[in-house]
Amino acid sequence: MPELIKNGRLIADRFISVDADAPLPDGPLIVPLARWQAQREALLARGQALGVQVANTTAAAELAADLPHLAVVAIEFPKFADGRGYTLARLLRERFAYTGEIRAVGAVLRDQLFFMARVGFDAFALREDQDAEAALQAFSEFSVRYQPAADEPLPLYRRR
Amino acid sequence: MYLYDQYDQTLVDQRVEQFRGQVARYLAGELADDEFRPLRLMNGVYLQTHAYMLRIAVPYGLLSSAQLRMLAHIARTWDKGYGHFTTRQNIQFNWPALEDVPDILAALASVQMHAIQTSGNCIRNVTTDHLAGVAADELEDTRVWCEIIRQWSTLHPEFSYLPRKFKIAVSGAQRDRAAAQVHDVGLYLVRNAAGETGFQVLVGGGLGRTPIIGQTLREFLPKQDLLSYLEAILRVYNLEGRRDNLYKARIKILVKALGIEEFARRVEAEWVQIRDSALTLTQAEIDRVAACFVPPAYDTAAQQDHSWSEQREADAGFRRWLARNTVEHKQPGYRAVFVSLKTFGAAAPGDISAGQLDAVADLADRYSFGEVRSTHTQNLLLADVRQGDLYALWQVLDAVNLATPNIGTLADIVACPGLDYCSLANASAIPVAKDIQARFSDLDYLYDLGDLRLNISGCMNSCAHQHVGHIGVLGVDKNGEEWYQITVGGNSGNDASLGEVIGPSVARADVAATVEQLIAVYVEQREPEERFLDTVRRIGVRPFKERVYGAARPRNPSLEHAHA
Repeated sequence: MPELIKNGRLIADRFISVDADAPLPDGPLIVPLARWQAQREALLARGQALGVQVANTTAAAELAADLPHLAVVAIEFPKFADGRGYTLARLLRERFAYTGEIRAVGAVLRDQLFFMARVGFDAFALREDQDAEAALQAFSEFSVRYQPAADEPLPLYRRR
Repeated sequence: MYLYDQYDQTLVDQRVEQFRGQVARYLAGELADDEFRPLRLMNGVYLQTHAYMLRIAVPYGLLSSAQLRMLAHIARTWDKGYGHFTTRQNIQFNWPALEDVPDILAALASVQMHAIQTSGNCIRNVTTDHLAGVAADELEDTRVWCEIIRQWSTLHPEFSYLPRKFKIAVSGAQRDRAAAQVHDVGLYLVRNAAGETGFQVLVGGGLGRTPIIGQTLREFLPKQDLLSYLEAILRVYNLEGRRDNLYKARIKILVKALGIEEFARRVEAEWVQIRDSALTLTQAEIDRVAACFVPPAYDTAAQQDHSWSEQREADAGFRRWLARNTVEHKQPGYRAVFVSLKTFGAAAPGDISAGQLDAVADLADRYSFGEVRSTHTQNLLLADVRQGDLYALWQVLDAVNLATPNIGTLADIVACPGLDYCSLANASAIPVAKDIQARFSDLDYLYDLGDLRLNISGCMNSCAHQHVGHIGVLGVDKNGEEWYQITVGGNSGNDASLGEVIGPSVARADVAATVEQLIAVYVEQREPEERFLDTVRRIGVRPFKERVYGAARPRNPSLEHAHA
């Protein structure tokens, strides 16, 4: 099984990602958003944990009604410097109170992990060339947080 | 000034260690160039034509004498003995070795300084009026709000990978000295009918390739809502700003595409959801920060010292400097003093040597409560000088070549580093500034010409804000040669305007002569007491165009010849 960082630890990923029309293997799956939208009932009827993978251009509100059914929302980073996924994750957590896994997939690199964790990502499928063990250090690079975000409800000025 | 507590200090220290690790991984080949690039930029490290460049944040232009001495130390230890003040009130060093940058940052952290977000597609150093706190026409000290914005924007997890850079300026006086209208967000401190202080919020201003004057997004924002409202603006921009084209990625393009009403509707829709969140500023926090900016212990007897009037009578050099390089202060008996970094001679506009940095630090300690400001016109300011100390101060400044009495004149040229340093530049800026200065070195003539702002950028990125120069000079590359497009009529104040191009670009050798022609038109046509800018506004561009290019011909024949 591929490695995944989850809650700051390296674990084996129990989810299998499938594309738009591949046959569905047994076990927990992550499917593209469009497939979920098209085959909602059939996917739910499987009775197994299910996630969707979404483009970072997806509106959080578009996912709102589906969130209770989803164990994972995987947000794509087409480029590591494309920051839309940060807002999407934060809105899912803070506005839509999503408590399932929010996973960063695609161009996921060590030096963005701290910010990603702050906005609500709790799982990271690092790009293949990344040293996952070393990347774990990224989560503790800063102990100070000025802003409120998904990991800290209060700004520093309400805590200092 | 604001002093770090344990949180601020810890964050800056941890940033140094994070960057040390990033540099080590890059040098070990573990980080690719294009992955290291945004990381180093976000910490102020550029790769220039000859070397790395480190841009250090000077939050809203405020420096202590200890910080100035550290900058001098850095210039001596890790650079070539000088630094360069920028149009964002920051300072940059042009020759550090990448391996040394972590140590330089550690040295900076020891005096509560950093290079965080001085570049990159994130929220940049917030700028303000260099006369904040001492201007008579000020509503409130803007530095309080700048510091609050600084902390909120520092390592903001949601807004560190924006479509493009994001610049905020705050102005709190009747006269806008912060160029708020040409920023991504400009904030004017205002008072509403109920007598409450808040902000008029402008959005979508900016220079660069597509210069635009900002539009009002909200007439009055209660001050406790500042951060939630900024967060709403940034969120709309982060999600909807263009990412397909670098040149169309600034918020101004989004505002233009949507129209200000629709953009405002989206911001308001977002803001409604977060305005009553924990981001609402507490009075305790506003008071905590404001306590750092209380007026210093002014000498209430300062105005009784009239020695300066005799010195003014007796010494023409002092008199000139006093008239041009000092401005009035809200505290009776005090003046604010510009330290001119626009020396005639070889030094580039904004450059300062290590020795001069130390000298200014000493003067700040002796005469101005240990503080100095940098201005967005690339000079320094000693904000709180007793009138009785002016003569002694002037003598020391003069001895270290920092008293050139040319502030606000045509010789007070704003220039980017241009081709001499910058890898983005198409043309030189510094040598052109020096050519122009050489032609306009007669002080009496400069004073006769009065207030005149001339800005020179070496490329479309417009770091020297040439669009809002009364005279703007923009370097362009034409088949490997340096040519310059000239504009007149720009202005960055309350009545901000973008300069109008006078005609085809001119060769580098002809720029100074062309400026002379523009000035000749002004001198002939001006009315008594009329500034260059006002003459341009009254008579239009045409007389300037005709002088430079000839009435009937599209181009100046001598310039054609020069290019042939």
